[in-house]
Amino acid sequence: MPPTPTKERTPRAEKGHPSGDPRFQLIDRTLKRLQYQQDALIEVLHTAQEAFGFLAEDLLIYIARQLKLPLSWVYGVATFYHFFSLKPQGEHNCIVCMGTACYVKRAAEIVAALQAEFGVEAGHTTPDGKFTLLTARCLGSCGLAPVLVLDGEVLARETPESTVSKVRARLAGAAATNGHGASVAQPALQEVEAV
Amino acid sequence: MNRVELQAIAQRELDQRQSYRCRLLCCASTPCISSGGTAVQKAMEEAIKANGLNAEVVTVATGCMGPCSRGPMVTVQVQGQPDVIYERVTPEVAEQIVARHAVAGEPVADHVMPSNLPFFTKQTKVVLSNSGLIDPERLEDYIAVGGYSALAHVLREMTPEEVCAEISKSGLRGRGGAGYPTGLKWDLVRKAPGERKYVVANGDEGDPGAYMDRTLMESDPHRVLEGMAIAGYAVGATQGFIYVRGEYPIAAKRLEKAIRAAERRGLLGSRILESTFNFRIDIRIGAGAFVCGEETALMASIMGRRGQPVPRPPYPAQSGLWGCPTLINNVETFGCIVPIIQKGASWFASMGTAKSKGTKIFALAGKVNNTGLIEVPMGITLREIVFDIGDGIPGGRKFKAAQTGGPSGGCIPAEHLDTPVDYESLRALGSIMGSGGLIVMDDQSCMPDVAKFFMEFCMDESCGKCVPCRVGTVQMYRILQRITNGSATLRDLEILEELCEMVRDTSLCGLGQSAPNPVLSTLRYFREEYLQHIQEHRCPAGVCQMTEVPIIELVHRPIARAAAASPVAS
Amino acid sequence: MAVITLTINDELVSGREGDTLLTLMREKGIEVPTLCHLDGLSPRGGCRLCLVEVQGSNRLVPACITPAQEGMSIVTHSERLIKYRRMILELLFSERNHICAVCVMNGRCELQAEAAAIGMDHVRYDYLTPQLPIDASHQRFAVDHNRCILCTRCVRVCDEVEGAHTWDVMGRGVNSRVITDLNQPWGTSKSCTSCGKCVQVCPTGALHLKGSTVAEMRKDRDFLRWILDGREKKQWILRNGGQESGR
Repeated sequence: MPPTPTKERTPRAEKGHPSGDPRFQLIDRTLKRLQYQQDALIEVLHTAQEAFGFLAEDLLIYIARQLKLPLSWVYGVATFYHFFSLKPQGEHNCIVCMGTACYVKRAAEIVAALQAEFGVEAGHTTPDGKFTLLTARCLGSCGLAPVLVLDGEVLARETPESTVSKVRARLAGAAATNGHGASVAQPALQEVEAV
Repeated sequence: MNRVELQAIAQRELDQRQSYRCRLLCCASTPCISSGGTAVQKAMEEAIKANGLNAEVVTVATGCMGPCSRGPMVTVQVQGQPDVIYERVTPEVAEQIVARHAVAGEPVADHVMPSNLPFFTKQTKVVLSNSGLIDPERLEDYIAVGGYSALAHVLREMTPEEVCAEISKSGLRGRGGAGYPTGLKWDLVRKAPGERKYVVANGDEGDPGAYMDRTLMESDPHRVLEGMAIAGYAVGATQGFIYVRGEYPIAAKRLEKAIRAAERRGLLGSRILESTFNFRIDIRIGAGAFVCGEETALMASIMGRRGQPVPRPPYPAQSGLWGCPTLINNVETFGCIVPIIQKGASWFASMGTAKSKGTKIFALAGKVNNTGLIEVPMGITLREIVFDIGDGIPGGRKFKAAQTGGPSGGCIPAEHLDTPVDYESLRALGSIMGSGGLIVMDDQSCMPDVAKFFMEFCMDESCGKCVPCRVGTVQMYRILQRITNGSATLRDLEILEELCEMVRDTSLCGLGQSAPNPVLSTLRYFREEYLQHIQEHRCPAGVCQMTEVPIIELVHRPIARAAAASPVAS
Repeated sequence: MAVITLTINDELVSGREGDTLLTLMREKGIEVPTLCHLDGLSPRGGCRLCLVEVQGSNRLVPACITPAQEGMSIVTHSERLIKYRRMILELLFSERNHICAVCVMNGRCELQAEAAAIGMDHVRYDYLTPQLPIDASHQRFAVDHNRCILCTRCVRVCDEVEGAHTWDVMGRGVNSRVITDLNQPWGTSKSCTSCGKCVQVCPTGALHLKGSTVAEMRKDRDFLRWILDGREKKQWILRNGGQESGR
């Protein structure tokens, strides 16, 4: 049984994360805004995932301490929701919508083609950390089925062939420019500096 | 802010609108943005500047206009002329629209959608009446079309009892799927003892293929907020939550903006419209769990926990968030409140059928020519939706089934196309109204495959708390997998049907109880297709690969071959 | 406390308001199988074995969590209920790798006992045979996930009675698993007090004492009654400014 939320509002003595990583300031800000309430766990996890791209173990420990929640509780919540990832994501990601409308328009074939081409199961990242293949329940763009999101860009009415070639182009482009992976945290950092 | 000031803002806004000869409304909801809507608006603004029309022509980023597959959509409003709707607008077309339509008054004929299409004429826009016509990010736009006047009216003229009675009289039923009478629910929460009460808007629209709630939150966020505030007044709550699905960042952003704007103007927060009523609304973002659409799981998620349902009773109306009485309604239900207050319960009750009143929004998708968001009066037939509004099946193919209610619903075959759409008749057909996803399937869709798709969904989304749903969905999925790969036997079909019944009757929450529906309904209408898969090893729709054979045949085959080879046996 | 009257299997039964159906049924000597329920822990309603029929309603209700109401009429052992219970047990056996012959709890396992009582002698469903680890990193205890039925008794006893909340459940659906702290080896858990309550309440051999072999494990749950009785009677609250412990 979950512990009842306490009304305790005192921020803990230790301020911030010892590493001094500025991204922890984002988390601290969310914690403060939500008054360190234990009910705010999901909100805080959202902020953490946005800032870091994934929820590393020490991040979960930090959040659990700040909210005074048991570690297993935080871990249980973080693994219950599909939005949270405990592993680092690839430099590029492709989310294929597997909603009903996309499914009847053969989105499964797109997933199969990507799996075969890049040797990665849905929900996983290639061993070299370049590419993550994900599926979504429904992106709510059923009129444009089948839909997928490649690095945040929505692509409509795709076929297996067109998708594979676009992903291949992305990966080739990444090799040329290099160091693309760091960009995940960039917007978050700018936000910290702006404050 | 008081009533007079509200009217003054509305008047000022309308006057300002009048000062423009032509308004170009660009759809800025998710599907249109995905197909390039932002570039279209930018092109228009540049063209206006280039033509020196800044004082006469203005662009407005609006919500959804409906025919999402034909996006990006643009509506041109020239004073004194009927609106013209454009489809598939590109930046080049946008320039032409400015140069020809806005300046010279002659429409760019190639891209105009005729306004007499059944897609428009068969619809009745009640909840979506502002959608596509106002800028969802501007509070003033909403006030100009009468926004927050319903709240002002309720706060000044009506007691909470009267509000509940009015909603009951309208015959409004929950739009989330189960169809519980809304007025009754409000009254239960109003009467429930407790100092703190909560109002929750359920915008965790998890059904694949359904996006009504998202569109409403994106296109007309203030209507939802106003509906929630009225509910708060009626039940005696001072705090509301909107639970928005994590996949809907634009909706969350617009709601956030709307809440801030309304708070600044004194339309939410403390002493609303100079009354004694206080009501705050906070947003909670979901994190990708379909089960959180179930009300008790939703509450667990709002409280930052694993989204697992708890057995009812106690119902949320008695003991919900933090043990306090809680009113949970779907976003679309809250969207119905404002028109009911404004135009009266009897007006609302005049639409629809005997037991299902008003209108319902459907997300029409799948194998149909016009896909998009539609709002129709209850009681319209499926045939009208699919063949008139949807303009039939592409490529002249044959209609096979309409799937309503997502993974909790069922497939309705062609012979029931003339059934009026309401809560009871859909239930009688083995499906449900659900939140309003409507997927059309043609003869290229394989029913056991569709059932397998939904079962996989339920298996993935099962929270794991109760055994029938956690393990039962896996076992059902495995049997469906065997049916669609050719290795099933009739015994499997028997076990499948038995499991369906058991999971339906014994699961803890709605997810598990309705998980067998897609299988049961396809078995009811398309049993033949299952048998063809099992007995004839073929998939009539050509979807399933049928690469396997039943194990028992693998055993029998060598024996038969040996028998055939042996001279004694022959 | 108000007295209420209801009918269970055509027999009139009286009880106190607030009693669950399960309490009244047990008082009458009517046994239904339960796995997630354990007296003293918060109710869960997850295993669905104690479902009973209520006349006038299509819904089956879990007896462990449903409060008895005046005038209710309950059927506890209809043909349908027995069939469903059997199927649920079959599902549980198919979910993980329950091999009684090599289990430390053979002969004393609650899952095994319920299956035997209802006559469930084979499983008609696919065995899912998941690959699950055994964690024997704790000095005294071990957890074998192959035998876990996710009743969450360990989670509840750890949170509600011991107050450590070392255990919780991770993941969801059929991939759920009980975990200690951050899904780390039990032996490395800093919050675990090694009290062993979780081991004692576990209905199967999933949690057991290290060193026990086939059919050797015994579980003793008397401690729960002592602790909860003591709490109810406030036996451990210090009175007289801490001079004398209340007895």
